[in-house]
Amino acid sequence: MSDKITNILLVGVGGQGILLAAEILSEAVLLAGFDVKKSEIHGMSQRGGSVVSHVRYGTEVFSPIVPEGEGDILFGFEMMETYRSLSLLRQGGAVVANDLRIAPPSVLMGQETYPEGLAERIKERFPDFLLLDGQKLASEAGNPRTANTVLLGAVSRRLDIDEHFWLQALEKMVPKKALEVNKTAFLLGRSADWNRP
Amino acid sequence: MKKEIMSGNEAIARGAYEAGCHVACAYPGTPSTEILENTVNYTDIDSSWAPNEKVALEVAIGASFGGGRALCTMKHVGVNVAADPLFTLSYTGVGGGLVLVTADDPEMHSSQNEQDNRNYAKFAKVPMLEPADSQECKEFTRLAFELSEQYDTPVMLRTTTRISHSKSIVTPGERVSGLAEPKLVKNAAKLVMLPGNARVRHPLVEERINKLSEAGATMPINRLELRDTSIGIITSGVCFQYVREAMPGASTLKLGMVHPLPKTLIREFAAQVDKLYVVEELDPFIEEQIRAMGIAVTGKELISLCGELTPGRIRTAFGLQQPPVVPGDKLPGRPPNMCPGCPHRGVFFALNQLKAYVTGDIGCYTLGFMPPLSAMDTCICMGASIGMATGVSKVVSAEEKKKVVAVIGDSTFLHTGINGLMDMVYNNSPSTVVILDNRITAMTGRQDNPASGFTLMDAPSHSIDFPLLCKSLGVRHVRVINPFDLEQTRKVLQEEMERPETSVVITDKPCILVKREGVFQKGPTYAVEAEKCTGCRACLKIGCPAIEWRPAGDGGKKGKAFIDPLLCTGCDVCRQLCRFEAIGRTK
Repeated sequence: MSDKITNILLVGVGGQGILLAAEILSEAVLLAGFDVKKSEIHGMSQRGGSVVSHVRYGTEVFSPIVPEGEGDILFGFEMMETYRSLSLLRQGGAVVANDLRIAPPSVLMGQETYPEGLAERIKERFPDFLLLDGQKLASEAGNPRTANTVLLGAVSRRLDIDEHFWLQALEKMVPKKALEVNKTAFLLGRSADWNRP
Repeated sequence: MKKEIMSGNEAIARGAYEAGCHVACAYPGTPSTEILENTVNYTDIDSSWAPNEKVALEVAIGASFGGGRALCTMKHVGVNVAADPLFTLSYTGVGGGLVLVTADDPEMHSSQNEQDNRNYAKFAKVPMLEPADSQECKEFTRLAFELSEQYDTPVMLRTTTRISHSKSIVTPGERVSGLAEPKLVKNAAKLVMLPGNARVRHPLVEERINKLSEAGATMPINRLELRDTSIGIITSGVCFQYVREAMPGASTLKLGMVHPLPKTLIREFAAQVDKLYVVEELDPFIEEQIRAMGIAVTGKELISLCGELTPGRIRTAFGLQQPPVVPGDKLPGRPPNMCPGCPHRGVFFALNQLKAYVTGDIGCYTLGFMPPLSAMDTCICMGASIGMATGVSKVVSAEEKKKVVAVIGDSTFLHTGINGLMDMVYNNSPSTVVILDNRITAMTGRQDNPASGFTLMDAPSHSIDFPLLCKSLGVRHVRVINPFDLEQTRKVLQEEMERPETSVVITDKPCILVKREGVFQKGPTYAVEAEKCTGCRACLKIGCPAIEWRPAGDGGKKGKAFIDPLLCTGCDVCRQLCRFEAIGRTK
């Protein structure tokens, strides 16, 4: 193992299941034998506010938060939150985003508009960009509620963690009755084509 | 045992279990809440929620005096409430070990101030440990119990949000055995703090702190690591991790015990490095004490007194190179909001319409200050709303007095609001108090309280009857309303605001997130009939996340409302706002 620390950011809206996805990711990394730290803010942010979770792994991790501008992968569950967090990434970092819009209060009330063309704007700054329709792929996997697992599968392709550690982590963290569909969803995401135009 | 990933809070609970802790007691408060939510999983520990932090600490003190090991946890501002017993507990010392966890919140992620509770350790003359990751949270908790008994003192364990809520790897251990059996022991000279006894105890407290400072020089939790000796940094807690990240070459003295400071070790470190720095969040707590020792040190001239640190902020402070960061575009913000179906929404809508001056309190309902509800004018601390309503009514005109309304939740009322209501009746205040009884301590993640009917260990319990309680305090006008009925809510509030006597209005609908059987009721959802919707925007005035304004698409101001059927709970409030009967139940 090298001294390199891998920095992953998971961002979205409170209630989207970001914390669980970060837990599964951390568990897989632990099983693979790495040191790992994970950090996020609970509390006020639960009520539909922005959520940012940091996961870092490597031989020895010090800070539980990703230093500014050093993120390797941004894992976005919602488009505007993905775009908002781009400044956390290093130049040349990768972005996986769920093609989902959740309107914040000011947009719901018609005072502001939800920004357009976010996917194009992200790709301009970070060409290593994968946009997925998590909900659609999750339905294909058999349950629209597994969108997070599909996205996690896509992220997993970019990390040096063997597949069986991911599946083991899912077994530990996902309730038994939902396990099979989550495994299917994970593998579907894992097969996503990062190099498509 | 097998390694696990744990949050700092989970690890503190584990440490208490391994230390043989008998009793754990707390009032919930971010970022401390999950400690007791985890001790409850260890059936050897008697875990309970107290109505407030003072009671929680007193329960822990009793358990300690009875010979048990006791853990008491709270957020930083909770220690203000528990400070009264804490300062005298310092004099009595303990029976079984007593550990008080203070979970501080630099950056105020979920708090009303960012006070630095290291000052309490110095003020109350008790030792304080500060862990830097989850493994240390567990180990330091065990050590804190041992030090508590060894030095006959309560021990404070301080975390910050980034320690409490970060997860890292922990190796669990076994629970200790062979602790003395708890039993009643009488020792009035030590435990009855009347002046004659307390005067004997105080010199012992001073002696104890000196001994701990000397012992600190050889405690393994105070760790001197020499690397490049041109820079020496004294630091503790999560700041140690940031220093190692940002300045891996620098020599460090990592303090596991931040009070009392191990002076001998600090002198030794200072002598071995060319330039000495302290990296600490918030107050110059360590820095000032080192300067008082006559040692030259740099700290707050580089590092802010406000907010939390990050590796980037440390790099900036020391003039080190940062990775280039592209500033983001301006985007619509995403503040937290009351949930769809929240029973608080209708009350704040009515208070806004009535142009009330609302003294607010701490809970989910503090979000009532945000637009479009915009119906909260003050928020200071737990329980403050009621006393403040009394006070403001004393000075304003007779007409303005009628506008004053205190708003407080069930848990906050039982925490420290009830004393304010006693005062209101006793001193004949004309104000109105609204108790938003949603049957749970919602903001911190739905913990039980003395009115919820259940204990932390999930045993059924007595549920306080608020109308009866208020009447017994002497409130003559107590009215219970359905906050989803806007007309009733507005009418009752208006009548009670007009009344020149103390009155209490209690809402009786539970938090929509309480999933307990017989409590959560998601009714039929609502929808907007597009043909009837005139686009008047009246339904947007309650700020419900389930209602969206959809512009007509021609760039003009026209559009229609839409209700998201997945988010709608069927609370019926928006229907009552629509003058065109465009909102109705889905079939």
